[in-house]
Amino acid sequence: MSELLNLLLVIVLLFNFLMLGTSRVRAVIDAAAAQGTLLGVAYLTMHGASGVRALALGVAMIAIKGVLIPRILRSALRSQGIRREVEPFVSFTTSLLLGALATGLSVIFARTLPLAGEDANVLLIPASLATQLTGFIVLTTRRKALTQVVGYLTLENGIFIFGLTLVEAMPFLVEAGVLLDVLVAVFVMGIVVDHISREFSSIDSDELTELRE
Amino acid sequence: MSLLLLLSLIPLTFALVTFATRTERLRPWLVLAAAGCQIPVVGFVLVSRERFAPLAGSWIGLDPLGVLLVGYLSVLFLCCALYVPPYLRLRRERPNRIFCTMLLVFFGMMNFFLVSQHVGLMWVAIEAMTLSTGPLLYFNRNRRSIEATWKYLLIGSVGIALALLGSFFLGYSALYAGLESSLMLGDLKLHAASLSKPWLHAAFVLLLIGYGTKMGLAPMHTWKPDAYGEAPGLVGALLAGGATSCAFVGVLRFYSICVAAGDAAFARELMLGFGLFSMAVAGVFMVRQRDYKRMLAYSSVEHMGILVLGTAIGGAGLFGALFHVLNNGFAKGVLFLSAANIHRQFDSKSTDEVRGALRVMPASATLFLLGFLAATGAPPFAPFLSEFTILRAAVAEQRFGLAAAFLALLLLVFIGMGATVLTVVQGDPPPGRERPATERVQKLVPIVALLALVLLLGLWMPQPLESALWSATAVVEGRP
Repeated sequence: MSELLNLLLVIVLLFNFLMLGTSRVRAVIDAAAAQGTLLGVAYLTMHGASGVRALALGVAMIAIKGVLIPRILRSALRSQGIRREVEPFVSFTTSLLLGALATGLSVIFARTLPLAGEDANVLLIPASLATQLTGFIVLTTRRKALTQVVGYLTLENGIFIFGLTLVEAMPFLVEAGVLLDVLVAVFVMGIVVDHISREFSSIDSDELTELRE
Repeated sequence: MSLLLLLSLIPLTFALVTFATRTERLRPWLVLAAAGCQIPVVGFVLVSRERFAPLAGSWIGLDPLGVLLVGYLSVLFLCCALYVPPYLRLRRERPNRIFCTMLLVFFGMMNFFLVSQHVGLMWVAIEAMTLSTGPLLYFNRNRRSIEATWKYLLIGSVGIALALLGSFFLGYSALYAGLESSLMLGDLKLHAASLSKPWLHAAFVLLLIGYGTKMGLAPMHTWKPDAYGEAPGLVGALLAGGATSCAFVGVLRFYSICVAAGDAAFARELMLGFGLFSMAVAGVFMVRQRDYKRMLAYSSVEHMGILVLGTAIGGAGLFGALFHVLNNGFAKGVLFLSAANIHRQFDSKSTDEVRGALRVMPASATLFLLGFLAATGAPPFAPFLSEFTILRAAVAEQRFGLAAAFLALLLLVFIGMGATVLTVVQGDPPPGRERPATERVQKLVPIVALLALVLLLGLWMPQPLESALWSATAVVEGRP
């Protein structure tokens, strides 16, 4: 059980690196989609057997994080006709190195944390921290508004991994609400990205500089 | 319990109806109708509030903080709703379906947040609040407003994501201590003493940053000047009086868990830092501020600082902070709505082009000036009382340095804000704008009502309000 979970989490970590290293926006979205799907599967392996509700929620997660959200992002990408993240604030090599550093530190840091029982044996906490940090790196170093949305999504994925330790505390409705909120957030951001590209004829968020002191 | 849900179901039902309505003219009135229908329900809930007190194991309940805020919010929303029809009549060129619908969704979600007694549910509500205000900020559909919306959504969502992590940490602190895994506020408070300290500390830091982003505490305030600067005035009023106050309630709920865990000192230090820093940043950016709507945003940053500062002082300071929530909200309503009137008339937000408002539109300009006096704590308006209460609490605790800093920052803000406000209202109007405007009564009534409330609370504290304030103070600080 925990071996399968660890395997899934290792793949999640690999997708972090894919996200950091590629310039193709499409690939970044795909990596986030794959990550979301894996997290849904991880949820199912941990809790799927506990009842119909958990099963439904796991399936809904895969549908939303793995299919629906990426579809929104891909259609936003198509309507903009961009392919690549050009000249990020930090080069792809550097952000890969940063990602590696973040992952290493997460593993070391997680060892020092006071963890309950079985959580110390699985990769949940380090994977969660590393994925959050990856999300932050993407959020802060990329120019395209769309890539930043994916960064937010990755941050959210990382937090979600931590949430896997707490499933008993989260009632079904709350968990569904969180999922729905994330979906709507990406939907609304997708619309805004679309309008940015129409108004500014690019979606480089660093062109958004009219409002300043 | 089911009746409490009505508080958010009424606005949400009206939102559905508004969305389905095809007549542009009818929709603003539906917003007003929803605000009107809400009042009797809120009145009933407040009168029989004992019946709705949060029970063990229930997600929904009305704690004393909820009691205080639910009534206030419905009054504030009613005043803003009164402003909706005359405002949208002047904006016929814009479709108002999304705007009216989202106003109601926003209101419904604020109420839902206030009655939530589960950390996860609170998170869902506050994120929904953020998302519903996105389209409101984008109402003007120009480059500037889209930039503001983008920053608001991204900064807000990241902040709220951190709050989710903090919520999970809170749950984990219970799990680690071997308690039954729960994110119910009541359970967490009950078992607070045995929560794992390191996790609790980390949780509070993240929650303060997350909910503090929604409050607009410095340095997480960067979305605020843009958002308030570009949003229609009534949206600004609802954000500065409603959304930020709800986020403050969130901070107070987590603070009360820290107090119950015997960790108040740690939380207080943090809030003290954020409070003073917010006031200082606001003061610095208000000096020589030429955009009077951005100035209002910095004023909001300042007042959020005052709120957490009062909380950090504790006791009477917390009482003052809670009282200040209401006073700040009503005063901000006066300022944002009268600024909106001025903005509409002069078609500019910059003091380079807006001068002599008193001669062009005497009523709105007078209200703007009075709103400024109220917001900066001039007697006899209510913010004077609440700020004075906080100051006295600081002196009573013998924290003279803190009291001096508090006073100095209030003075800095008064001077900075005063310069901008006086430039707007005094002097000669710019060429071509001298002709006195016709001021519509409908656009003045809500402002006068809000001003009357600020004045009334400054002159007379109703007994039920006083006892509600004290019981909220007691609940947060864990005294019976």
